[in-house]
Amino acid sequence: MFDGEQVVDVEPVFGYLHRGSEKLAEERTYTQIVTLTDRMDYVSSMLNNQGYMLAVEKLAEIEPSPRGVWLRMIASELQRIASHLVATGFLLQDLGALGTPLIYAMRERENILDLFEMLCGARITNSYLRPGGVFMDAPAEFWPALDRGLDDIVQTIDELEEYLSGNEIVFSRTKGTAVLSPELLINASITGPMLRASGVDWDLRHRAPYDYYDRITFERKLHTASDNYARYWVRVQEARESVKIIKQCIEQIEPGPVRPSFDVVPRLLRPPVGDAYVAIEGSKGELGFYLVSDGGISPYRMHVRASSLINLTLLRDMLIGGQFGDLFVTFGSVDLNMGEVDR
Amino acid sequence: MTTVWSGNALAEAIEAFAPGSVESSAGIDVWVKAESISSVCEGLKSRSEFKFDLLSSLTAVDYIDHFEVVYHLTSLPMNSSAVVKARVGFGRKEASISSVVPIWRGADYQEREVWDLMGIRFDGHPNHKRIMLWEGFPGHPLRKDYVTYDQSIAAAAPDDSGASVDGGE
Repeated sequence: MFDGEQVVDVEPVFGYLHRGSEKLAEERTYTQIVTLTDRMDYVSSMLNNQGYMLAVEKLAEIEPSPRGVWLRMIASELQRIASHLVATGFLLQDLGALGTPLIYAMRERENILDLFEMLCGARITNSYLRPGGVFMDAPAEFWPALDRGLDDIVQTIDELEEYLSGNEIVFSRTKGTAVLSPELLINASITGPMLRASGVDWDLRHRAPYDYYDRITFERKLHTASDNYARYWVRVQEARESVKIIKQCIEQIEPGPVRPSFDVVPRLLRPPVGDAYVAIEGSKGELGFYLVSDGGISPYRMHVRASSLINLTLLRDMLIGGQFGDLFVTFGSVDLNMGEVDR
Repeated sequence: MTTVWSGNALAEAIEAFAPGSVESSAGIDVWVKAESISSVCEGLKSRSEFKFDLLSSLTAVDYIDHFEVVYHLTSLPMNSSAVVKARVGFGRKEASISSVVPIWRGADYQEREVWDLMGIRFDGHPNHKRIMLWEGFPGHPLRKDYVTYDQSIAAAAPDDSGASVDGGE
């Protein structure tokens, strides 16, 4: 509802992309469900794969192969860059910068998707991870392509930042709009770049390291303004940090099998009765997978803690009282993915 | 590294400020009585020994004879996490529990999702409506007794093999 240009009331209506993934998971085997997780947040499939696999490994008590873990860390950090680039590109598209920034961001994402194609043959719905690692080792030509790709990413981010981070139009449209206090953000369970843009140092890769993140050093980029610009800025800086993380992974990766042999981890998993909740730092925030096993070949219950949905909790606080023109910018800065909102 | 509260330690700590509210504990889980969930959560959030300021996840599981509401809590200042569970709806009747939205606003959409898909009512929720499905949708799909479209076709097929579901015989 609007009063002239002013937003008076907002009511989000979800469900148009609801596919019932949680119900579908109850009649699929643990490996088959990987394909469902690809389709939740379809611009960060690798991260979804990673979160789900960590939950399966915790539930079934699987010790992953070191090379597989390094490979999936590289894949998921590449995915984080791609996701942040898409978020940034579409934010600027919504701001009215038609075409150019989005095309620049998408061009770089395209290179990352080419790297994924080398890794697993797929570009968007990757299904690259398996319990205990990944299903295929990276081909020899992947490593030089990755090195080139990382240089290109840094160059593209420099380019984007050069004409956007100090741009007066971007400033006037994004600074001071949709400001939220850190206490309110935490109370509303909002995590990820949105929380870090308010100055709260909370990154699960640092605070609760999973995989080998404890062997990686990286900076957590914080901004204190908590407005739309801060959220944009944090994403761009995090993409830079991800490049550094990947470089450290390349240095530390060791030869070996990419997943445990089928004698140790059978193709058909039957985890012991129990439940497990694992949360990772997804591209949008805390991405949690809750699995309940009854000892069978399918999970008894799977629940996904979708950050895209929960990050919308404060939508009314952000929009009501603001201007109509800021509505789209705020949507862009939240970085929601409808596939994850509805699942 | 995040420290995880063990079930027994958390149960003891909860009993200290809310006597008689804990049902049992095992592993990292604590089962509290459904009627005392509000007071327990309020204490877990505000008391200085817990400071669970972030509700990570709220979900529910259908165990046929009852439902279980699962709360995953995180404390940013203490860097700790805990799991609290509550059993409701024994005999599949009158599954309801009080809402924790007054304590954590992050529960808003998550409780609506549980109501929509699992059919557990949250008393005191400010906007208690379905979230994914439309009003008037029959049943709650994540319940174990919900008959899916595929199952209903298989059940209606003339032979009991269910092979005609795909139309390919």
